Formats: sequence, structure tokens, C-alpha cells
Amino acid sequence: MGSPRWFYSSSEKWVPWLAFVAIGTLIVGAVWGLAFAPVDFKQGNSYRIIFVHVPTSAVAMAGYMIMATAAAISLIWKMKLAQVVMKCCAPIGAGMTLISLISGSLWGKPTWGTYWIWDARLTSMLILFFLYLGVLALYEAFEDSESAFKAGAVLSLVGSVNIPIIYWSVEWWNSLHQPATIKFTEESTMHSDMLQPLLLMIAGFYCFYALLLLVYTRSEILFRERNTQWVKAIVAKKCNDNFTDKSLQS
Amino acid sequence: MQFDSFSALIAMDGHGVYVWSVYGISFVILFLLALNPVLKNRRFFVEQSMKSRRDSMLSERNEKRLVK
Repeated sequence: MGSPRWFYSSSEKWVPWLAFVAIGTLIVGAVWGLAFAPVDFKQGNSYRIIFVHVPTSAVAMAGYMIMATAAAISLIWKMKLAQVVMKCCAPIGAGMTLISLISGSLWGKPTWGTYWIWDARLTSMLILFFLYLGVLALYEAFEDSESAFKAGAVLSLVGSVNIPIIYWSVEWWNSLHQPATIKFTEESTMHSDMLQPLLLMIAGFYCFYALLLLVYTRSEILFRERNTQWVKAIVAKKCNDNFTDKSLQS
Repeated sequence: MQFDSFSALIAMDGHGVYVWSVYGISFVILFLLALNPVLKNRRFFVEQSMKSRRDSMLSERNEKRLVK
């Protein structure tokens, strides 16, 4: 267990199910949030951006913790699979952080009157984006994959300091950004008609993140193990299948 | 539904441009994120099958040379 080969073969059946659940949940959540959730009495319809902004921000932060955990596991136990997962977290996390930044900026214009302000929450989120890009760039900067991995792992571990800063920035500093809407310890400050589609979108984005991480990891495993017998067998089988399909068509 | 007509849904009382841009840009980024490994896999299988074909041709040629 834990070997790339085992992961590749046992994760295959998860891909279509995760894709179905993730895309289905996101479509239902988006339609619900855009057309059926009630209008906010203060912000009007611009608040509908929350259904993208909050889930992507949460996933971007959780994704960073996954990357840092994978980095720690692979540095301590030299686990190959954790190395692969760590590398795959970076582009997906960068994409999610970019959506969070763009959606926040477009929400800021009608609500605060500006697209951007150097506020604690916004700045720390921008740093998160650069941390993801930094890990990606470090991978490309080294010829030797082992050094590239170590440099990326150290950066992701050091950068995890930023996560609690993002989370509590709205409480520690005087921020233009509103405090958390969904709280774990007390009742949420949101009406249930708005909260339900938001929770659905959060679940959808987490599933979509899991799907992306799974697909990226599987693809990276194939590439890394390309010289092994089991990958060569998969390539040969795929070629044969393609050949039979083409001959059947003609 | 919260809106009386389709045009009201698009306009969202003047906030439509922000809301729809967010959903549109998010869709594009998510789509590109999902497309990336699909293209990478396709390229991988094409390259590897070409490589294995080349390898088998080379080994066949070597065998013929050895027989001669």
C-alpha cells in the first residue's frame, strides 16, 4: 500500500464517481445561488459572488495544508506518493487562489468601491498565490528532480505560517474584509436560504479539488514511472485498444 | 426564482456584470485546470507508444544483423 502502482490501479474507479458528484453539485449549487437564493438586503445581488468566493478561498487554504502535510511526510519518510501529491497540489491551489482573488476583487468594486486594497486579508491571500507560484517555479528551476522536490517541500512547509495569518487576519487587524460568515463554534450569521446553497458549493468545490488532485496525481505517476514494466504494459494495452477501435471504424 | 424575467437575471439590478464575470472567469479557470492533465496524458501515450515502436524496430534490426 502507498506505492504509486497500487494508487494508480486502485484510484481508477473513483474518477468517474467523483467527477459526477463534483460537477453535479457545482451545477446545482451555482443555479441555486444565482437564481433562487434570496437577495441580500444590504449588498443586493452582488453578494451572489459569495457562492464562488468563499468555497475557492477555503479550498485554496486547505489545499495548501494538504501540500505542506505531503511535503512533511515525504521529507520525513521519503514516501514517493507524497512527493507526487505535493507537486500536484501547487497548480491546482494556484488556480483556486486565483479564482478567489479575482472573485474577491470583482465583489469589492460594487461593495467597497475599489477592486483592490492593501488590506491584511487581501495581501495575505496574494502571498498565498505567490507561494503556490514559488513552489511551481522551484520545481522548474532544478535539473535534478530530488533537489527540486526538496526545495519545493521546504518552501511549502515554511509558507504554511501564512495560513493562520489569512484565517485570523480579519480579527487581528482592522480590515475592510467582513469576518467569517460560517463559524464552527457558534451559529452562522447567514440566513439558511443563503447558507444551504453556500454549503452545497463548498462541498462541490472540495469534491472538484479532490477530483483534480486525483487526476493530476495519476498523470504524474504515469510520467514518473514511465520506464517500469507496469506502465509499459498500460501503454501497450492503450495502443492496442486504439488500434482495434480504428480498425473497427474503418 | 428570484427574478421576474431572464433579462432581470442577467442585469441583477446593475450587479450582473460583476456576478456573471466571476462565474464566467471561474468556469474558464476550472476548465483549464481540468484540461491540463487530459492533454498531458494524451501527449504521454503518443510519445511512449512511438518510443516503444522505435525500440522494437531497433531491436529487430539488431537481431537481423546478428543473424547475418
